[in-house]
Amino acid sequence: MKVKVLSRNPDDYVRETKQDLQRVPRNYDPALHPFEVAREYTRALNATKLERVFAKPFVASLDGHRDGINCIAKHPESLSTILSGACDGEVRIWNLMNRVCIRTLQAHEGFVRGMCTRFCGSSFFTVGDDKTVKQWKMEGPAYGEAEEPINTILGKTVYTGIDHHWKDPVFATCGHQVDIWDEQRTSPLCSLTWGVDSISSVKFNPIEMYLLGSCASDRNIVLYDMRQSTALKKVILDMRTNTLCWNPMEAFLFTAANEDYNLYTFDMRFLDKPLMIHMDHVSAVLDVDYSPTGKEFVSASFDKSIRIFPVDKGRSREVYHTKRMQHVITVKWTSDNKYILCGSDEMNIRLWKANASEKLGVIVPREKAAMNYNQKLKEKFQHHPQIRRISRHRHLPKNIYSQAKEQRIMREARRRKELNRQKHSKPGSVPLVSERKKHIVAVVE
Amino acid sequence: MAAAEEDEPILSGPEEEEEAGDEEAAKRHRQLVDTLSTLSGGKRLRATERTEASRQISEFDVGGGADEKVVLSELLKPASASPALRRLRKQLNKAQQKKAVKLPLSKEENERVVREAAYTQTAQDLAKWDPVVRQNRRAEQLVFPLQQESVTVAPVEEVISSWQARTPLEQEIFSLLHKTQQPIKDPLLTPYEKASLQAMSLEEAQLRRMELQRARALQSYYEAKARRKGKIKSKKYHKVLRKGKSRKVLQEFEMLQKSNPEAALEQLEKIEKARIEERMSLKHQNKGRWAKSTVLMAKYNLEARQAMQEQLARNKELTEKVLLESDNEDGGNNSDAEGGLIPDVVNDGHIGMNPDNPWMLGKTCANPKEDIPAQANDSEESDGEEVPLQSLMESEQGQQGSSELQGPGEEETIPMLPDVLPPAPPSPAPEEPFLKETLDRLHTLEDVEALEPEIASQEDRTSSSKEAVLLEPAEAKSSLQAKGAPDLSQATSKAGKKKPAKRKALIDLKAVLAEAPQAVKCPLVPSVVQDEFDADTDQRRVIQEAFANDNVMADFMKEKRRAEEASKPKAVDLVLPGWGEWGGTGLRPSSKKKKWFFIKPAPQTQRKDKHLPHVILSEQRNILAAGYQVNQLPFPFENSQQFERSIQAPVGPTWNTQRAFQRLTAPRVVTQPGHIIRPITAEDANLPSQKDKTDGARKKPDLRLATSPRKGRPHYSAKKKKR
Repeated sequence: MKVKVLSRNPDDYVRETKQDLQRVPRNYDPALHPFEVAREYTRALNATKLERVFAKPFVASLDGHRDGINCIAKHPESLSTILSGACDGEVRIWNLMNRVCIRTLQAHEGFVRGMCTRFCGSSFFTVGDDKTVKQWKMEGPAYGEAEEPINTILGKTVYTGIDHHWKDPVFATCGHQVDIWDEQRTSPLCSLTWGVDSISSVKFNPIEMYLLGSCASDRNIVLYDMRQSTALKKVILDMRTNTLCWNPMEAFLFTAANEDYNLYTFDMRFLDKPLMIHMDHVSAVLDVDYSPTGKEFVSASFDKSIRIFPVDKGRSREVYHTKRMQHVITVKWTSDNKYILCGSDEMNIRLWKANASEKLGVIVPREKAAMNYNQKLKEKFQHHPQIRRISRHRHLPKNIYSQAKEQRIMREARRRKELNRQKHSKPGSVPLVSERKKHIVAVVE
Repeated sequence: MAAAEEDEPILSGPEEEEEAGDEEAAKRHRQLVDTLSTLSGGKRLRATERTEASRQISEFDVGGGADEKVVLSELLKPASASPALRRLRKQLNKAQQKKAVKLPLSKEENERVVREAAYTQTAQDLAKWDPVVRQNRRAEQLVFPLQQESVTVAPVEEVISSWQARTPLEQEIFSLLHKTQQPIKDPLLTPYEKASLQAMSLEEAQLRRMELQRARALQSYYEAKARRKGKIKSKKYHKVLRKGKSRKVLQEFEMLQKSNPEAALEQLEKIEKARIEERMSLKHQNKGRWAKSTVLMAKYNLEARQAMQEQLARNKELTEKVLLESDNEDGGNNSDAEGGLIPDVVNDGHIGMNPDNPWMLGKTCANPKEDIPAQANDSEESDGEEVPLQSLMESEQGQQGSSELQGPGEEETIPMLPDVLPPAPPSPAPEEPFLKETLDRLHTLEDVEALEPEIASQEDRTSSSKEAVLLEPAEAKSSLQAKGAPDLSQATSKAGKKKPAKRKALIDLKAVLAEAPQAVKCPLVPSVVQDEFDADTDQRRVIQEAFANDNVMADFMKEKRRAEEASKPKAVDLVLPGWGEWGGTGLRPSSKKKKWFFIKPAPQTQRKDKHLPHVILSEQRNILAAGYQVNQLPFPFENSQQFERSIQAPVGPTWNTQRAFQRLTAPRVVTQPGHIIRPITAEDANLPSQKDKTDGARKKPDLRLATSPRKGRPHYSAKKKKR
């Protein structure tokens, strides 16, 4: 007689060690787990609420400067080191881990206009109001040694910005013209001019390194090619562009921070129309920096706030502000994609989390899985009204709030007027210009 | 003019001889002029005269004299002469026909052209990133940093060579190492070792090597053998092996006892120790996998039973605490030890129970009276289940007692029971749960009926409760077994006939509209043979029965009427007596005013469910639901179905397997903490390397520089000018 005996494989229910979790056999039959949408919705709602509860982005403030901070530079090799230049010509090097200043040097008389590190991280360059370009060692001087720059180049005009090539010992300064310098020489390799204007910032493309972008005070953005030592194209906007930043993952994209409160993301091959206009600031945008993943960027504004925009979205996903933070002049996204640094008028550098509700420190795998799940749920239900309302809610200072409201009204009025004008004039005589094209005055070849 | 000259050589082609004469004349003429000029006394430069044949047209001095013009026709004379140079002549002809070169472009224009060209070229260069960008944007997951740094292992020598001993401790250690001349690099042999190796003679070394080889070979054989043996799965083989081993040990022990009592004592101690270890461990405790399986097998298999018993005995033997020899009872000790092997409980058990039952071996029966009937009952059943069953039996007995106590009370609640129910089946066991469960169910049904306020007279209630009572055991029985007596089926059919008649009286005929009431077959008692499928239909019938009294249809109609009424637009009466009129008692607002302030309802639109008798369609917007509804189709979705589907697919671990869950919730962008993310490079994107491109790009500007040589480095040129 054959007897059937109930037998189970002990591997299914026996733990290997005591520390293991108890194995819980699960039956995935959907009939046993009803109301999946409703349950997941509730989870998503809770996750969204918790995200807002835990959104505490401010990490630290680095104080020590005796004047407003004018520029910040990241160390290319060390995540914990940053450099900052102030309006009194002082440069400080900070350790972010210990949140202390590790070195102070009086680099210039007057403003430190621009600062950049060499690609290897051994030295850095500063330009200042005293018409000099100085190269400094990253390490401090040994005991008894004087604090002196490695090289000093005395120019004829004030330099307003500097950027270093990402690979070669070449750097570019801007002022009356864009100069490209070899590190070994005291005269520029070539000077690039196109019209007479003062150029406020110049940036090397991090991917196609021979490309340069600059923005001048006559409202234009000019692109240069270093190989052929020629300008490429110029786009003139409504108002002046303060800075631009190249996307580190997509070679042809750059974002320009404009005085008209907006940021414009351009594809450099199609300059006649920006890919996206990012609007949310209520005052001039002073600085912009891309996240190293190239998916988002952070912008600093005169309205005392910084905002984080996704590259493909017209509205910001996050706004950071504190009572004490004044006009934010410069902003940087750290190279590990985790933090944001901003330097402002009131002499402080602030360190923010790039993701406001992110948990810092060690995360165990289960926690991580739960976080991923919550993230996914938030994404899945993001369009539902309650969840959207909670996730979008931000507290704003009164002046930003009221100004935003005012501007909304103004924009609406303008739109209405335009529509009315179109309605009451001969068909075709008042063309409908898209918002994206409206801000482009001309593209010059 | 050039064209005219061009013509000349062609014309002069045939008159070559004539020309020679002309030349002679010209020469004479020149000589004459010269002599005349010398006579006049002026200093004149004279062409050096040569007496060679080609004096006039030399390769160094083209024009004979200063006054003479170079004529193209003269130059081209040889070309016209030789047919090999015809091509050249043609080209010259063409060149003659071309127009003059245009003026060079202005500086600004020139720059613009250069810019345009450079821009188009750069745009083309950038186009190579398009696929990369597209791919990255679409990627399910991006892991940053893109360039995963590989960990390189530096050789030890390198690390050491750069390292220097600084602290005194390190220096001391180093000095020691150097004293013994410890090698750092391969081969790891000190000089002494090397010397000793060298000192060994060749034969010795060979012998030694052979020995080593043999040893190694043997080792590998044994290893292979052991592995092979280890892989043998046969339990019998292992059993035999184990037994053989133990026998061997025993034999040796006996041998030792005879030959060397001291060694035997030691051996004994060893055995004792092994026993103690065994006792400490949990082997032979019936807890292993084998034991458990054997317990199940033991019911059917004599061998298994025996094996089980054996193991238990062994356990008993091992776990028996051996009295120390220091105890005073020496003579009794022996007998105890013998008895220890087989516990007396076993002997007890042998009297009344199955001797093969291993479970009864270890137990001391406190109350044999209880045990014996249990034994009798369970003799058929499996041995493994005995212990739980025993307790169950006890509880059952308790229940029996209680049910007996409750008996009369229950009969009051079910007076009809004996009428409907056939004589009980012979086996008494199922009857007990039957009674017990009904009580509970009755209670719940009453509850259910209490929820419906309108109907349900006292009679109905009793009847329905009866039905429920009757139905319940039916279910229970069908699920339990189908052993019932054959006359049961007859009883059910009888009951089935009775039922519909009653039911018809209960259900409101009007309420059920035109539909004929279905005769509900009520399987009161299970038929003899029931399929598994019947259970489902049974269930449905039971529910039908239970809720038979509800006037569902009537309720629905009422509800629908109410909904219709509610949705009708209502007239609003805004008449306020006393406004604009004299006040006082008994005064009524004027009819005009009434007319004026009475707002008539708008004509009602046809309801959508007018022709659907079984549906209520509410046309009101549900505000409560609005909070959960997305009112606009979100961007990437093309239609609402797509979006709904995306919402309906759950991602949680409750509905998905672990793997699927991980895949579904994988984040779009992964960054590693503490890693610097650098901009993408051509190597990351597997594009052709940057160098080739830049080289190619550098070549082109060279060509361009040829057209505008000043373009290259304006700064330098400016400096040169200054100097």
